[in-house]
Amino acid sequence: MAVCVAVIAKENYPLYIRSIPTENELKFHYMVHTSLDVVDEKISAMGKALVDQRELYLGLLYPTEDYKVYGYVTNSKVKFVMVVDSSNTALRDNEIRSMFRKLHNSYTDVMCNPFYNPGDRIQSRAFDSMVTSMMIQVC
Amino acid sequence: MKENGRCITKLENMGFRVGQGLIERFTKDTARFKDELDIMKFICKDFWTTVFKKQIDNLRTNHQGIYVLQDNKFRLLTQMSAGKQYLEHASKYLAFTCGLIRGGLSNLGIKSIVTAEVSSMPAYPDTGLHPKTPRSQPELKPRVRCSTNCATQVLR
Repeated sequence: MAVCVAVIAKENYPLYIRSIPTENELKFHYMVHTSLDVVDEKISAMGKALVDQRELYLGLLYPTEDYKVYGYVTNSKVKFVMVVDSSNTALRDNEIRSMFRKLHNSYTDVMCNPFYNPGDRIQSRAFDSMVTSMMIQVC
Repeated sequence: MKENGRCITKLENMGFRVGQGLIERFTKDTARFKDELDIMKFICKDFWTTVFKKQIDNLRTNHQGIYVLQDNKFRLLTQMSAGKQYLEHASKYLAFTCGLIRGGLSNLGIKSIVTAEVSSMPAYPDTGLHPKTPRSQPELKPRVRCSTNCATQVLR
């Protein structure tokens, strides 16, 4: 499943970033950071390109030899970035979309929590457990 | 009097926070917005319908950042009649609603200033002693004015 999940605020700082602890975390942080440029490019190109259907899901941002990075932007300009292992070829587009849907639903729940101040790091346990369920390898 | 002022500010801030959460939930499944006008139309139709069960009756703009939203029968004030008794309380309901709109817009990326004005509170027309045929709806036209630039402009 996902190797790293990040939620980036509209001011481009991370609200939540978590990766599989076995790997070098800095590498993933760096990948997420570079993917933000690609996300911005895709959003700004939306106005001019006729192909895009004003969807929230952005699709594959860029592939590297080991990993693939997917992106999703909400209407409130919060970005979700997911890094997935390339060797897991069974993962299809629809599954990625449904994972982003779940992320968005959990993020909305966090937003509606009156004790949460928008712009703070996300510390909700429910959100954590949802991300954990996405990251655990299903054997 | 000072209490009243602080109360209004607090209510507006509460409305702001609620608006942010509501917008997140309502825009979860909608397509991406094209521009500012698209966002204002969303506020007038979907947002207002979900919160107040009706749409905004009239949206006017000067295309330079000022939008006037007119609701001819604002649900939060329909139970209040004209007269001094409810005047100061009516402003509290308006403050919360202004905060609601400001919060929603801020979450969608628009910095705005929202003000509200009520042209007349609900009242029956003067039909003499027997109001046998009153008008079926009390006339009430609060107007919400949003200006989306930081400097306020006057709409003539």
